[in-house]
Amino acid sequence: MPSENFSDAHAGGNGAVPNGLKLVPRSDVEYKMKDFKSDQDVRWCPGCGDYAILAAFQGFLPELGVPRENIVIVSGIGCSSRFPYYLSTYGMHSIHGRAPAIATGLASSRPDLSVWVITGDGDGLSIGGNHLIHALRRNVNINVLLFNNRIYGLTKGQYSPTSETGMVTRSSPMGSLDSPFNPVSLALGAEAGFVARTIDSDRKHVTSVLRAAADHEGASFVEIYQNCPVFNDDAFQPLKDQEERDSRLLRLEHGEPLRVGADRGVVVGDHGELTVADIAEVGEDRLVRHDAHRADPGYAFALSRLDQPAFEHVPVGVFRDVQRPTYDGLMAEQLATAGADQGEADLASLLTSGDTWTVG
Amino acid sequence: MTKEVKQVDRVIIRIAGDSGDGMQLTGDRFTQETASFGNDLSTLPNFPAEIRAPAGTLPGVSSFQLHFADHDIMTPGDAPNVLVAMNPAALKANVEDVPKGATIIANTDEFTKRSLTKVGYESDPLEDGSLGEFKVSRVPLTSLTVKALEEFDISKKEAQRAKNMFALGLLSWMYNRPTEGTRDFLKSKFASKPEILEANLAAFNAGWNFGETTEDFAVSYEVKPAELAPGTYRNITGNLALSYGLIAGSRLSGLSLFLGSYPITPASDVLHELSKHKRFGVRTFQAEDEISGVGAALGAAFGGSLGVTTTSGPGMVLKAETLGLAVTTELPLLVIDVQRAGPSTGMPTKTEQGDLLMAMFGRNGESPLPVLAPRSPSDCFDIAIEATRIATKYRTPVVVLSDGYLANGSEPWRIPDVSGLPDLTVPFSTEPNGDNGEFLPYRRDPETLARPWALPGTPGLEHRIGGIEKSDGTGNISYSPANHDLMVRSRQGKIDGIARDIEDLQVDDPTGDADVLVLGWGGTYGSIGAAVRRVRRAGGRVAQAHLRHLNPFPQNLGEVLGRYDRVLVPEINLGQLALLLRGKFLVDIISYTKVRGLPFKAEELAGVVQEVIDRAE
Ligand code: SF4
Repeated sequence: MPSENFSDAHAGGNGAVPNGLKLVPRSDVEYKMKDFKSDQDVRWCPGCGDYAILAAFQGFLPELGVPRENIVIVSGIGCSSRFPYYLSTYGMHSIHGRAPAIATGLASSRPDLSVWVITGDGDGLSIGGNHLIHALRRNVNINVLLFNNRIYGLTKGQYSPTSETGMVTRSSPMGSLDSPFNPVSLALGAEAGFVARTIDSDRKHVTSVLRAAADHEGASFVEIYQNCPVFNDDAFQPLKDQEERDSRLLRLEHGEPLRVGADRGVVVGDHGELTVADIAEVGEDRLVRHDAHRADPGYAFALSRLDQPAFEHVPVGVFRDVQRPTYDGLMAEQLATAGADQGEADLASLLTSGDTWTVG
Repeated sequence: MTKEVKQVDRVIIRIAGDSGDGMQLTGDRFTQETASFGNDLSTLPNFPAEIRAPAGTLPGVSSFQLHFADHDIMTPGDAPNVLVAMNPAALKANVEDVPKGATIIANTDEFTKRSLTKVGYESDPLEDGSLGEFKVSRVPLTSLTVKALEEFDISKKEAQRAKNMFALGLLSWMYNRPTEGTRDFLKSKFASKPEILEANLAAFNAGWNFGETTEDFAVSYEVKPAELAPGTYRNITGNLALSYGLIAGSRLSGLSLFLGSYPITPASDVLHELSKHKRFGVRTFQAEDEISGVGAALGAAFGGSLGVTTTSGPGMVLKAETLGLAVTTELPLLVIDVQRAGPSTGMPTKTEQGDLLMAMFGRNGESPLPVLAPRSPSDCFDIAIEATRIATKYRTPVVVLSDGYLANGSEPWRIPDVSGLPDLTVPFSTEPNGDNGEFLPYRRDPETLARPWALPGTPGLEHRIGGIEKSDGTGNISYSPANHDLMVRSRQGKIDGIARDIEDLQVDDPTGDADVLVLGWGGTYGSIGAAVRRVRRAGGRVAQAHLRHLNPFPQNLGEVLGRYDRVLVPEINLGQLALLLRGKFLVDIISYTKVRGLPFKAEELAGVVQEVIDRAE
């Protein structure tokens, strides 16, 4: 596994233009957070994790350096999908599950826009699962933020595709029969080039992940653990509790050994899988160093499976950040090639192409 | 020996064989020869439902019918004067349509015991007298082709495959067709395979020479060119005309074309065609499903593209939700439904007009949108431009109802002068329109009721739109009862108002005193027109009108309906337009319907029209 042939080819950040925004104009205005607040009252339930994410996002946008008019937020349906109405950018609050499809059309025809998709576990993984996986595999230059609260909030409390088996909800009084998705595993299986996870309450971490997502050229996928105090309160509490947090979070830092708390770390198991072991037992040398830029997604996938048993050790941060050609970029290339090869696009000569004959 | 040449004014031929026999290609070539000769023509391909059904079976039969004449004609013809049957299956599948006295050219090589049994012939129909009512020409097409190609260094299989060119050569001789176009076509098709090219040319020549020398064919026929209006023509199918119309719409409006589509019969050819024209800035996106196809098109429209999605009935159903979003976000979007026989999967390769009511009403809530329908293959070009005009001017999704018959059928098209096409430039918003310097995305143009269209990237006009009900003016979320009532009525009023901006319904009533009006829509124009002509030739008085705008209807429609004692509405569904007309105008409509997956036959419709006239008198 990744320790010897450590890859560091990926360039990015350093105050330069983020890779994901190469074709987007730069702003000459120095924005403040307030410049990205719309005049609409925010209407989530008190204490909802969405507030923290919104604040982190609004706080992050000034540093994106993109003119406000070149940012578009596209959402589906669900509590999280109200997001665009609270931002002073262009936005579309669309229909259930379809935001990735709509964003695909927008981003592939307008490379000068920074396009963000806001979705949730129901919107993105249930009704819109098909669009999500195809947008990721196509690698359209969009950023997908999936707010995972493991419940349907807007429809008032039914189990979602990330609810744990056995969860008692309004539509599963004897416990849910479904096995949940692991959104990070799913995104990796869908060939996503950028996959990350963060937590609503850790603003600094959210911001760092957003920064990395924007820097990635192509589709980026960010799962954000989000608390729904009304229907699934404290779903992620073990990761928030001051005392427990550090012994459970597996913070992914590119190039750094993978540690859980002070005593445990990630090693390669007997069958090539990743497992968590006591450092005292295995020795510091055996710890796997994190490499987000490995071309093979197998390593990132193995990492994503470390969230079991539940909350014992949960990786957060950037799992995978690998560059490959984008759909919109390739499409633009084909258009340019066709223009160069086939000459001037003249409507009259198109209409008269093929066998014609003249009368009179 | 000089053979007799007979003058005829029109001919209908049908070539039928295995789907692997190249019947569509043969038909296409013969059509091109006929077109360049200057006849008027109309074609009807008939594909098997299966891609490659087992050879020699009934489901594997593919056919192509061509009607050509020295005068202008409107349909591919009811019944063939000549049937070319490449095997027993082709004979069996088509012989019922062939009228007494017509010619059947059969490829005797394929009439083996085994092939006959395969399709249930107990004895050979070519020998047992069962085809006594027809003129039967028995031609060993396959072995003649193989013999003609003996000298070529190709396999026997390859030689046999050239039998369609032999047949084409024979037909070209029979009808005195120009052959240059076919030779050129073969040269470019087989440019990289010179041996195969030579073999095909030789097979084509052999077929021609066979006609000229054999005594089986004593006469050939001549159909004089038709008197068409001066201009440059080409033969065109509905799907091709539609593709060109969309590119034209994009050029005329100055918007780049974005097609989001999922493959579906019979609409896929539009996707194929448009994907070839990237140099026109055309982006084609083959989506993961129908929903994504229309979603991406709408997303592109939000960004200022001419968003288009193409599909057929089963796909339309899936797009309904996004059409509702397009209605309420008031973004331009073109939705092309190439109708096929339904419900559900139905009969994908067969035509129908069953989606009118779905296009009108197939969404939740009050969600009106304009519906257009081309009336002939070449009209698909004009309809695409008209749809672009309405969609961009009124900021609305527009549904175009083509159908399988128009999509694959063809006719000569007088190529329009590009400079005569309308200017559809879109005035995008660049400045705030509010009284306090703000931008109001739902402040409507008082005349058209269209809302402003401001593109992302325009500073100062940032705004949010979505599926939730919007406040008039600001577009912010609103649950106010009075606002909802206003918005529902505004959206309806906008679509209704388009009636002021479309052509009046033209009525063809040559005697001016007909009591009966035949009113159709969409792809039935040709059959109705041909039927009406028959009735008139027999002395009947009848008026004809045809709707291209189904929503809103032309402004004078009510008045036209009121002028006639009886209104006959033939449709390839169970009376969907009739229902709309009765509901809107409270008039009595005589609905005549057939849903066989096929166009109407002119003779049958003429009978129906005559009956209605007789009853009226
Ligand atoms: S229901 Fe839950 S997720 Fe939705 S707004 Fe309320 S707290 Fe937030």
